[in-house]
Amino acid sequence: MSSHTTSALTLFLVFFALVGLTGVTVWVAYIDLGIWSTPVAIAIATLKASLVVVIFMEMRFGQPITWFASSTGILFLILLIGLTMADIVSRGWLGVPGK
Amino acid sequence: MSSSTTVAHQFDDAAQQKRASTLGMWVFLVTEVMMFGGLFTAYVVYRSLYPEAFAQASHHLNAELGAANTLVLLGSSLTMALAVRSAQLGKRAGTVIGLIATIVLGSVFLGVKAYEYSHKFHENLIPGPSFVFPGSEADHAQLFFSLYFAMTGLHALHMVIGVGILGTLTVMAARKRFSAEYHNPVEIGGLYWHFVDIVWIYLFPLLYLLGRH
Amino acid sequence: METAPKRTNYLNADYGIRSWLLTLDHKRIGILYLISITLMFLLGSLFAVLIRLELLTPAGDFVQADTYNKLFTMHGIVMIFFFLVPSIPAVLGNFLLPLMIGARDLAFPRLNLMSWYVYMVGGIFTLWAIITGGVDTGWTFYTPYSTTASHSNVLMTAVGIFITGFSSILTGLNFIVTIHTMRAPGLTWFRLPLFVWAHYATSLIMILGTPVVAITIFLVGIERAFGLGIFDPALGGDPILFQHLFWFYSHPAVYIMILPSMGVISEIITCFARKRIFGYEFIAVSSLAIAVFGFLVWGHHMFTSSQSVYAAMIFSILSFAVAIPSAVKVFNWTATLYKGSISFEAPMLFAMGFIGLFTIGGLTGLFLASLGLDVHVHDTYFVVAHFHYIMVGGALMGYLGAIHFWWPKMTGRMYSEWAAKVSAVLVFVGFNLTFFPQFVLGYLGMPRRYHAYPDEFQVLNVMSTTGASILGLGYLVPLCYLTWSLWRGPLASANPWKAAGLEWTTPSPPPTENFETTPVVEEEAYTYPLKEAEVV
Repeated sequence: MSSHTTSALTLFLVFFALVGLTGVTVWVAYIDLGIWSTPVAIAIATLKASLVVVIFMEMRFGQPITWFASSTGILFLILLIGLTMADIVSRGWLGVPGK
Repeated sequence: MSSSTTVAHQFDDAAQQKRASTLGMWVFLVTEVMMFGGLFTAYVVYRSLYPEAFAQASHHLNAELGAANTLVLLGSSLTMALAVRSAQLGKRAGTVIGLIATIVLGSVFLGVKAYEYSHKFHENLIPGPSFVFPGSEADHAQLFFSLYFAMTGLHALHMVIGVGILGTLTVMAARKRFSAEYHNPVEIGGLYWHFVDIVWIYLFPLLYLLGRH
Repeated sequence: METAPKRTNYLNADYGIRSWLLTLDHKRIGILYLISITLMFLLGSLFAVLIRLELLTPAGDFVQADTYNKLFTMHGIVMIFFFLVPSIPAVLGNFLLPLMIGARDLAFPRLNLMSWYVYMVGGIFTLWAIITGGVDTGWTFYTPYSTTASHSNVLMTAVGIFITGFSSILTGLNFIVTIHTMRAPGLTWFRLPLFVWAHYATSLIMILGTPVVAITIFLVGIERAFGLGIFDPALGGDPILFQHLFWFYSHPAVYIMILPSMGVISEIITCFARKRIFGYEFIAVSSLAIAVFGFLVWGHHMFTSSQSVYAAMIFSILSFAVAIPSAVKVFNWTATLYKGSISFEAPMLFAMGFIGLFTIGGLTGLFLASLGLDVHVHDTYFVVAHFHYIMVGGALMGYLGAIHFWWPKMTGRMYSEWAAKVSAVLVFVGFNLTFFPQFVLGYLGMPRRYHAYPDEFQVLNVMSTTGASILGLGYLVPLCYLTWSLWRGPLASANPWKAAGLEWTTPSPPPTENFETTPVVEEEAYTYPLKEAEVV
């Protein structure tokens, strides 16, 4: 069952991709993208994280349960941030102080 | 049955033991996501409330050092992955060398982090009564630095624990405890190390790079 | 007095204090937890006694206001973090999960023992905080009071709760991995006992929610220790953010307390109705639904805070959604009873009590989820009554039912059935007399967390204190006859209730390895009525 191994070449290629993406994220940080700067930074970071998870952490050989576990973590993190921000963002819509 | 020595009594066979310990680590990483998640939530909330102060405060971090440290940590993930690969192939020397390289790179990261912290100390950017920040939004900048130290501090703590785990694995590998059939601890340790890397992949742009343009 | 025939079981396999403190046997660790949480329960009850004594009279004459603040805080902290959260999972879940799925132990026995030690270390910190002056923030640690104003032992208590959280995480992790990887051959997911399903859902909450509250309490700790302003509005912090992070865990934590109880009730109802449980799949899946929905509703604790009205509306609607899976369970239990051959042994009495009390607690929860009504009754005794109906009427009834149901399995001894029935009735009557008047008090406007109150509330408060005395008696009686049964109780057979389930096929008490040979499961759960041959 642990017959899966990742070739050294793949590992190095992933590493260079990660280094390249780090360069990209630094580069775009110095460009004025307006409101898009944070989404772009998050998108690049997520791409890098996906590479690490899928190749380095061997998710691609993993069982369905590991996919389930990691997506559960991400889902509940989004819920935590999303529902909290639902409050922060909509405060003041009513124009009543403290509501 | 030479492999029975490495299968704990509650498991039927090595395959079941491997499934259980791998799943155990993934579940643990989910709890880690949520633990860092509390800090990320606080970060998102305050950054949306005080974008200007956060951008100003972020300028006081050293982006070059942050980027260099990112590369160091990515390199450590590569050496870790190579160590796991060697372990899977039953190559003891490769495993030990990969693990030691990972420990060295991890220690370099921690050293740079310590240097950055001491720098913040000299600039009076440590949150608390001695905090000094130029400009009108000192309180909000202090929030940024509180979160900066909480997030990078928790991350660094995970690195220290990780270095300890890798040290143990190195000793075990050197003592021929692993083989092509039994190397699950190396894989599990690798999962943990890569996770710590992922946290930093998000911390770096969020803390060091916002509002650079 | 009967003496047990010579047979090696988990209790007599090894002797001495070391064999207990270093044990890796899930059954022994369950017993360690049983002893620890019973002591914590007694401590928490002591605080409740003092609270009810103060509230006997309208004037604040028994304790000072400051002392009263500490009493209700420490009652909440001890009962929630050190009794209710670990109660059924750590004692019965630990003991039964491997037995129910036909495994020799949990997946990680060392981690299991470690979770008990972590619990004890957290408990010692908290006890130390209590002994050296106590804490007065309420169990919720609301900022900025907890970080700037309070002069009590906030930091020490926070450390204690932070540490104890990890014991809960480790237990949840162990359960999830065990249920996924250690099931006996043939034991598919939809053949699992509902107790196991409930513990799976509980474990999900433990691993997803607990780390968030841990890091939140950590932030409160460093804010208080180093004078930071993370949640302090004077320094730009947002105290409402603390409430979001805190309730993200602490609302689902209610389901950590109630879900295992629901699992217990499913086991008991089907056994004493001698009928396969109605709607097995629905009960199983509703446990998961409760766990997931439970994470979407935390804002209903913050309706009167400065949370935005729009967010409050969303949280209100979502809160109503949790009622659906809860009601699914109650309807299915009721349908199980329909045309069953019901007998009223003590565990069944507790289970019936659970259904009634949980239904009242759940329905009043819907009142509180309504935005408009909550503004009226927020922070009154209505809320206090509501969550006691869930946590005591629900979770604790389930715990007592479980202890009575599986006591023969755990100890190999039967208790006095007559005394147990008396205790079940005492608890039910005492509980209702304690907490039903509190619904009325809250509706009339008596706020919680004050040591004095207007004269017109005295009659209802005297009723409540009287009820609490009966309830206390109802808890002390089992302590006596269960302890007594350890030495003098008749020996229990392997399956005294003629119940279905793998745990009843192994001797009472079970051997250290649980089963002589790994059982093979060939049919679904709860095949009542049992064929004679199946009754061991």
